[in-house]
Amino acid sequence: MDTSRYVIPFEMCDLSMVNQVGGKCASLGELLRAQIPVPPGYAVTTESYELFMKENGLTDRVLDRLKGLDDSMVEETSRASADIRGWIESGTISEFLEDLIADNYRILARRTRCPAVPVAVRSSATAEDLPGASFAGQQDTYLWVRGVDDLLDRVRKCWSSLFTPRAISYRIRMGFDHSMVLISVAVQKMVRSFAAGVMFTLNPSTGDPATVVIDSNWGYGESVVSGEVTPDQFLVNKITMEVTKKTISDKQIYYTTDPETDEVKKLEVHDERRTSQSLLDVEILELAEMAKRIEKHYGKPMDIEWATEKSLPYKGEIFIVQSRPETVWSQKKTEPVVEPRKSAIEHIVAGLMMGKKIK
Amino acid sequence: MADLKFPSPHEAEIIPGTEGWERMYPYHYYFSTDNPERKKYEESMFWFYDGLHYPEPMYPFDLIWDEAWFLALSQYNSRIFIVPPAMGIDHRIHNGYIYITPVPVTDVETIPKRVELFMKRAGYYYQNWDKLHDNWEEKMRGIIKELADLEIPVLPEMEEEAVVTEGKGISTGYTLLNAYDRLIDLGILAWQYHFEFLNLGYAAYVFFVDFCTKAFPDIPLQKITQMVGGIDVIIYRPDEELKKLAKLSIDLGVDEIAMHGDAATVLAAMEGSDNGKKWAQAFSAAREPWFHVSTGTGWYHHDRSWNDDLDIPVSAMRIYIEKLRQGKNIDRPTAQVIAERDKLTEGYRALLRTDEDKGTFEQMLATARTVFPYVENHLFYVEHWFHSLFWNKMREVSRIMVEHGFIEDVEDVWYLKRAEIKDALWDLVTAWATGSKARGPLIWPKEVVWRKQTMEKFRKWTPPDAMGQVPETITEPFTIVLWGITSESMSHWAKLKTVAEGDLTKIIGFPGSPGIVEGTVRVCRTVKEINELKDGEILVAPTTSPSWAPAFQKIKAAITDVGGVMCHAAIVCREYGLPAIVGTGSATSRLQTGQKVRVDGAKGEVEIIS
Repeated sequence: MDTSRYVIPFEMCDLSMVNQVGGKCASLGELLRAQIPVPPGYAVTTESYELFMKENGLTDRVLDRLKGLDDSMVEETSRASADIRGWIESGTISEFLEDLIADNYRILARRTRCPAVPVAVRSSATAEDLPGASFAGQQDTYLWVRGVDDLLDRVRKCWSSLFTPRAISYRIRMGFDHSMVLISVAVQKMVRSFAAGVMFTLNPSTGDPATVVIDSNWGYGESVVSGEVTPDQFLVNKITMEVTKKTISDKQIYYTTDPETDEVKKLEVHDERRTSQSLLDVEILELAEMAKRIEKHYGKPMDIEWATEKSLPYKGEIFIVQSRPETVWSQKKTEPVVEPRKSAIEHIVAGLMMGKKIK
Repeated sequence: MADLKFPSPHEAEIIPGTEGWERMYPYHYYFSTDNPERKKYEESMFWFYDGLHYPEPMYPFDLIWDEAWFLALSQYNSRIFIVPPAMGIDHRIHNGYIYITPVPVTDVETIPKRVELFMKRAGYYYQNWDKLHDNWEEKMRGIIKELADLEIPVLPEMEEEAVVTEGKGISTGYTLLNAYDRLIDLGILAWQYHFEFLNLGYAAYVFFVDFCTKAFPDIPLQKITQMVGGIDVIIYRPDEELKKLAKLSIDLGVDEIAMHGDAATVLAAMEGSDNGKKWAQAFSAAREPWFHVSTGTGWYHHDRSWNDDLDIPVSAMRIYIEKLRQGKNIDRPTAQVIAERDKLTEGYRALLRTDEDKGTFEQMLATARTVFPYVENHLFYVEHWFHSLFWNKMREVSRIMVEHGFIEDVEDVWYLKRAEIKDALWDLVTAWATGSKARGPLIWPKEVVWRKQTMEKFRKWTPPDAMGQVPETITEPFTIVLWGITSESMSHWAKLKTVAEGDLTKIIGFPGSPGIVEGTVRVCRTVKEINELKDGEILVAPTTSPSWAPAFQKIKAAITDVGGVMCHAAIVCREYGLPAIVGTGSATSRLQTGQKVRVDGAKGEVEIIS
């Protein structure tokens, strides 16, 4: 049997494969194609899901169970959801599929030099990119999953998340055919970030498109994204790749994982680290390079979440966790900065007439 | 800028013991209150101190260049090219320091007509730039030659017989007066030419800068000048000549001779061998015109040229010989400079989001690049070459005055106004002709003593940054580019003041060239002191000029008292990738050789570590 239809590493995914690997995996594949390092992982494809459903005799059984529901039947819907999810979560993953998923997990562990590598297991729905039908956030995400047994368990949970009451009634309301919506699962290495944050491919406060702005704090990017901390800020000139400005802030808190419980915790930053620079200069420049590549790949200003990991003693690794179009400046109509004129001298006259405001 | 207040020009401080200083300068130069209309005008204008050109008080004679540009710059704006909203720049002097103010066009109804004329006239210059520029160079070389050939005659006891036999009909008394007039006239003429292209050059440059800062709000001025900066500019030429001479000395095997003794010793020793003679020939060929480079800005009589003191280029050349012997490359990194310039230009152009902006960028960049070499090159012709010759011709005039007891020392002549010198020369030649005693020797030596001590007092006084009223807008291109009068620079002044008053560990200047380094200070007050520089030191100088170029081979950063983003130190440091902080006002007086400092070229801050 052709195994590559069932499990596909992110490196092999791209935007043409949304139906197979879902929107999330497809876009991670796109980033990799643009030479952007994202935490490694693989997609358990929609065909795996279909195979699982078929092998457990669930394909038609599920559709039958959903027959006759409409979006006003809240009780009914949630009972149907509980039934279907129960069937899926207790279903048997065939040896063939189990081996495939487990082998790829072990490859990931070897690649990242981390036995029982912790992974994030997320659903990657195929309908995510349908215009006006965003399913983002409607499926489940499981963090810090370790070991094959847990992984398989979470994969089933992701599959079943296609049938939450909310997802069911949403599809009914939108008139989508339940049988047409499939699900893929992303298995991705967890990044234990040493420092993390966001960056913009233009300066959000001035609109300068030649500047990359990087905000950074210790630990997970959450503290920066939520605005709980004033992060360090670095400005990089995209053309000369010089760090043109560094603002080192007093960073009071950070998020990290408790190694014992694998739980994310908010902690106070140790005194001597509070006002030290949270990124090395080389990391700043590496991030700026990535920002440029991402912007070029998408052809528009982008807003990017990133993280660094220090798994190796001598060297950090930088990962892009997420990227989306920047919202403020890129929404502005692209109008010329200066009204075009026939010749330089007309610009000079116009400039002379304006003068320089000095008050 | 709401809280920026400057004193009224009529309330400016008078230094005790200098009363009557006004007579050292032309009468229209000082602030006055006797006429209500003039008083009101002076109060309403924004007079800022031109520290960029005049870090020290004016010598009465040296004011000639100020008068020359007062006329020349203004006339090109107001009467020749008709800059639509701007007239000229008015000048005043207080306690020896020059204050200037841009004069706007007040009658808005005349502006459409002015726009039309400007488009036509300035347009003609922009379109025919290269041809007109060749013509300019020819005119300039013409007057430089006339200046060099101008004979300042010494008054004879009796005229030569030829005056009679050739029927000349004139005496040396007349020729002397005539030569002095011609000398002054050539000086004024050089400055007429000086501004032929400069106003338009600055205008093209300033609006390219303007476009870039609109499109890229974070762009540093340094990057913009890098995009327009010329490669083949004369500013580097004197230094290139020294490098060539250093290489030649090694090629000819006479480098050891070049390393010992003063210039005269070296040149004499070179005569001892054929190869030495070959080198000496090359040396003397390089002197014309490239050693007419001033060791200062050329604006003051005390800025001497390499030709005035050959020890300077010879010892500077030794820096290159040493480098070559160590196997180091001393060539300008021109390929790198070009690559960097192209990368910047391409990079910024590619980031423009509309085709319209790309078009504007191209138009403005092309014009800025056309004008820029002139903006950099005119300095060599006028301030260096012409001025160096000019000061020496004036010394010849002065020598005659010394001989006739009008002044005690050749260097005293600078304490007289040029009109006073003309009067004194009349006194001198009439007394010579008559056989009577001139009155000058009874007046001038005493007056010079008084003026010297007055100027000493001026020197100790700190001129305020500005006086009068801050205007809403400034439209005069020079005011914007050259003096950088913008809201940013005004707040920079305010910052300077706070630092001057409080924080003693910091010196603030203009960011000339980016980069951060720490190192040991070497204060060099004159170019002669650059030989004391050790590799990796940080040069602290009043200002630098092309004659300082060899210093940049050794240093890791430069800090100057005077200058803006377009000054020599900033340009050269950007080329060599060294940080530079310029226009600090006080670095040479506040820093001492041996101190450790941290230089942040992008911020324009010097931190004193120890």
